[in-house]
Amino acid sequence: MATLSLRNIRKAYGPAEVIKGVDLEIDDREFVVFVGPSGCGKSTLLRMIAGLEPITSGELQIDGVRVNERGPADRGLAMVFQSYALYPHMTVAQNMGFALKLAKVPAAERDRKVREAARILQLEPYLERRPKDLSGGQRQRVAIGRAIVRAPKVFLFDEPLSNLDAALRGQTRIEIARLHEELGATMIYVTHDQIEAMTLADKIVVLQAGRIEQVGSPLELYHHPANMFVAGFIGSPRMNMLPVSVLESTAAGITVSLPSGAALTVPSTGDVAPGTALTLGLRPESLRPDPDGQLAGTVKLVERLGGLTLLHVETEGREDVIVQIEGLSMLNINHPVRLAADAAALHLFDAAGMALPALTRHSLVA
Amino acid sequence: MQAGTANSTLIHGAGGTPPGGHAAPTSHKQTTGWLVMPSVGVLLVWMIVPLAMTLWFAFQRYNMIDPTIRGFAGLSNFQDMVTDPDFWASLKNTLLLLGSVLVITVCLGTLLAVLFNQSFPGRNIARVLAISPFFIMPTVAALVWKNLLLHPIYGVVGVLAQKFGFTPIDFFAQFPLASVIAVVSWEWLPFALLILLTAVQSLDTDQLEAARMDGAGPVAQFFFITLPHLSRAISVVIMIETIFLLGVFAEILVTTNGGPGNASTNLAYLIYSRALLQFDVGAASAGGVVAIVLANIVAFFLVRTVARRLET
Repeated sequence: MATLSLRNIRKAYGPAEVIKGVDLEIDDREFVVFVGPSGCGKSTLLRMIAGLEPITSGELQIDGVRVNERGPADRGLAMVFQSYALYPHMTVAQNMGFALKLAKVPAAERDRKVREAARILQLEPYLERRPKDLSGGQRQRVAIGRAIVRAPKVFLFDEPLSNLDAALRGQTRIEIARLHEELGATMIYVTHDQIEAMTLADKIVVLQAGRIEQVGSPLELYHHPANMFVAGFIGSPRMNMLPVSVLESTAAGITVSLPSGAALTVPSTGDVAPGTALTLGLRPESLRPDPDGQLAGTVKLVERLGGLTLLHVETEGREDVIVQIEGLSMLNINHPVRLAADAAALHLFDAAGMALPALTRHSLVA
Repeated sequence: MQAGTANSTLIHGAGGTPPGGHAAPTSHKQTTGWLVMPSVGVLLVWMIVPLAMTLWFAFQRYNMIDPTIRGFAGLSNFQDMVTDPDFWASLKNTLLLLGSVLVITVCLGTLLAVLFNQSFPGRNIARVLAISPFFIMPTVAALVWKNLLLHPIYGVVGVLAQKFGFTPIDFFAQFPLASVIAVVSWEWLPFALLILLTAVQSLDTDQLEAARMDGAGPVAQFFFITLPHLSRAISVVIMIETIFLLGVFAEILVTTNGGPGNASTNLAYLIYSRALLQFDVGAASAGGVVAIVLANIVAFFLVRTVARRLET
């Protein structure tokens, strides 16, 4: 049971400011994911919440109480580190019970809590082993177990899956989601992997260069990115960006002309005069080959993933417009192709990179 | 003789290598075994010849003051030794010196290593200063301590004592063994510090941060995280220091000459005084044999515990 409130949080190392004023509200039982490119400050922000890095200015509140000055152990948080940071000379049980031992919890109660956590994480057969005798996935679970045992108000995860192989990562991701359901705890999770962000989060916080770019549910960020950075960061393969200019703006949307002269109507609104230069965003999955499509081009590269095929199409003056189509497509390299776009999935961005508001919100995004 | 042995094994070893050098794994193992023989042979001769000579002399009547008395002595050299109060005193002093220096250097070294791992202004200079005693040769270090530091009249400590109205103490006369222990500890503390500092630096900071999140204060972090992490390095320090501290000699020769009486005589100094002050090669060799046995007993326990530590 915990809410977090970040008020204009800043962090500076000497003159270099790495967190440039972050405001964020985190509700009880919410699963919040911080996502962004490396060096965007997401780990620093997490470490500031944990109390491992002092906060230069601003206020951090947990359950409405200012905790800036409290040490990491007194904030009621638990953290799972990227390197797991298990104590190598202690057994699994000692690792998980270390915090309770320091808190002088009686041995019997400590043992009960460790066993309970081990049961949840299926670690019971390994309680007497040392970390070096465990596999990567088991170590990961011990690290999570060490957090669970303390029954913290908030769980903090710092890229917990990045040291696991792909199969184990998928499996552990599901386990973390299940754990969130089961424990009903507030969780903050840092990752650079957008699949983890999309699948786990109730709320995604996209960070870039120490600032929040957008906060919202995964689908909100996908369907209604606030700016070009978020549009490019969320979604894989990346959104295609084309330079366009405004032909006219009507109640039905904004009609723009593509570099080839073809016209497209995008259901967005905005105060744009004809002739204004904008950027059109087309998701690879919203493009499809269509004999009547507005975009004419040539296939330059075909990536067959089995279930899906990615076409790299030379069109509209760009060599690498990516189109995602079904896996059985017969299209081959150097084929001429015409592309049509799903109008509802088009995005327009102004010269500053900000998105023009869509006429209708997506039905999945309230 | 030594070179001859090495040569013959070398030729033998070369002959054992199959032509072309493409051997199957099993025969590979057999043939490469011969290639290490030259070095093993040299080391063996290096060790066996002095050992055999020491054992030989230990059972001989051989005093250079009267070379006419020769012949097999039986166990009389050893008998003389165990009935000699100097011998037991020196054995006690050897172990006391070893144990005290180990405790002082490991405890202080660990604390200093943790201290020097913190960042503070001038840390690099402080590190160099702390490590520099190790580069001073033992005779010079002993002289510095004897004349410049602890001398009751000219030494810094003596001058300070006089300035504040205390009677200066002649440390090397009144506390000879403790003073030698101080000198040797001062020499070996940098070694312990150096090894332990690199070990502290290799500690994963995530572990300390995890401990902080778990509620460990600085003291708990030290005892539960840092010290267990250092255990391996500490055992290495203990082993290497033990090898060198069993044979401390120059410091004693320069400062106290083993005295007053036998108060600061260790086994190495006793052997020296028997062989080169009393010219009794037989008695000195018997002492040498005891020193070998002692070193092997210590080494046996040390290697066993250290090897077990290094496994994990």
